Amino acid sequence: MTLFSDASFFILLAVAIVPAAVIGLTEHSLRHYGVVLSAVLVAAAFWGQPVQALGLVAYLVLSRCALCWLARDPKSERRFVAASLVTLCPLLVYKVSVVFSLSLWGFIGISYITFKGIQMVMETHDGLITRKDLGFEDWLYFLLFFPQFSSGPIDRSRRFAADAHGIPSRDEYAGLLARGILLLLLGAVYKMVIATLIHRYYSPTVWGTGDFGTELWAQVKTAYLYGGYLFFDFAGYSFMAMGASYCLGIRCPRNFRAPFIATDIFDFWNRWHITLSTWFRDFVFMRITRWLVRRKIVKGRVRVAQCGFLANMLIMGFWHGITIDYVGYGLFHGVLLAATEGIQKRSRFYKAHRHDLWFRILSWFVTLQLVILGFSIFSGQISMLVEGAING
Amino acid sequence: MAEMTHEELTAKVMDLLEDVCGDDEVRRHMDDDLFGLDLLDSIAAVELLVGIEDEFGISIAPTEVPRNEMNTPDKIIDQVEKRL
Repeated sequence: MTLFSDASFFILLAVAIVPAAVIGLTEHSLRHYGVVLSAVLVAAAFWGQPVQALGLVAYLVLSRCALCWLARDPKSERRFVAASLVTLCPLLVYKVSVVFSLSLWGFIGISYITFKGIQMVMETHDGLITRKDLGFEDWLYFLLFFPQFSSGPIDRSRRFAADAHGIPSRDEYAGLLARGILLLLLGAVYKMVIATLIHRYYSPTVWGTGDFGTELWAQVKTAYLYGGYLFFDFAGYSFMAMGASYCLGIRCPRNFRAPFIATDIFDFWNRWHITLSTWFRDFVFMRITRWLVRRKIVKGRVRVAQCGFLANMLIMGFWHGITIDYVGYGLFHGVLLAATEGIQKRSRFYKAHRHDLWFRILSWFVTLQLVILGFSIFSGQISMLVEGAING
Repeated sequence: MAEMTHEELTAKVMDLLEDVCGDDEVRRHMDDDLFGLDLLDSIAAVELLVGIEDEFGISIAPTEVPRNEMNTPDKIIDQVEKRL
């Protein structure tokens, strides 16, 4: 069974919401029910895939040991580095082995469980998570919470635990439940109706023999269709995950906020896959820039930011996968963010006109084209065209 | 540092903020959102955290305080004071 995809999942989900509603509306804690439900649904997702299940269990055991060991002496740099490596290890092994067509230690949700694990390691080292916050049930619930298990949104453990332990009043829960069900329906329409429909028209083609304008138009159309498909598919999935979380009393953070109206590339990343970009901001970008500022390795604030953006987006690219398309996508956005930082901080023209309507419209239009171009790198369309051009 | 008064602490934080923002304008906005006024951005915020660490010996992690609890001079002073 695939989470948020198979009919059997949705039937189980619909059935599972009924007891949740009863528990929530009678002002009881949904935590134990949520834990059991998550364990059952995650087990069903791994059914018939014993190697993957073993990979997940091994990950849980290793990362739990590393985290508890770190929590006993959180300020130790040695323990912090070791715990981070252990928590990252399966994802690294998996992503590198895929390059050699091996796919070792891969399992459903490996990326997202790694994000959550690293967040806990970092915040334990920062002193924000202590041993008493690392109760076994809370930890397991956070990592296995089924709505966010396979593809996010990436929640944060302290926020999650506060919701899991809180018992909303009847009215409050009724509001959550109503919003949750609406989000589930909205997400289903996005993903299963709109994204499916767009996908029907999406058929990437090589650069043909027609005149330049016709061929370019065909490629642009393909890129836009892919962008539209990706948005409705992923935003739809995210809304459904959010909806299911709400039904269990967990206020899962929002993942998309009308990304195609972004007026610059920073604005885009505040609207697209928000929980991923804020995760990277907090645990990669801020750490890299803090390190650069402390060590005074790079001079000047704009330069520090530019280095931070480049490193940040390259790492994000590698996370998507070690392929030319994904790393190219990361590099593309890193360069765009660095260039935008330079323009916004240094250009007098930008400062003089940034509030003008014409400038904002132009900036929106340029941003949208760059975003779509980025997706065409991500989807492999650009590398296919380049390959075609080289091979003739 | 235990003997530092509120006034001394305020003066020190404001010197640091003026330095980080590169503008004494910040002193006229004790209760205003410095990000909204373009006096602080993400890198300036990192420099501020590093500056607080150097000056007061207290470390505030990037995810420790939500931005809306540390976006005005008054709130920044308050966050530092809490930790001293």
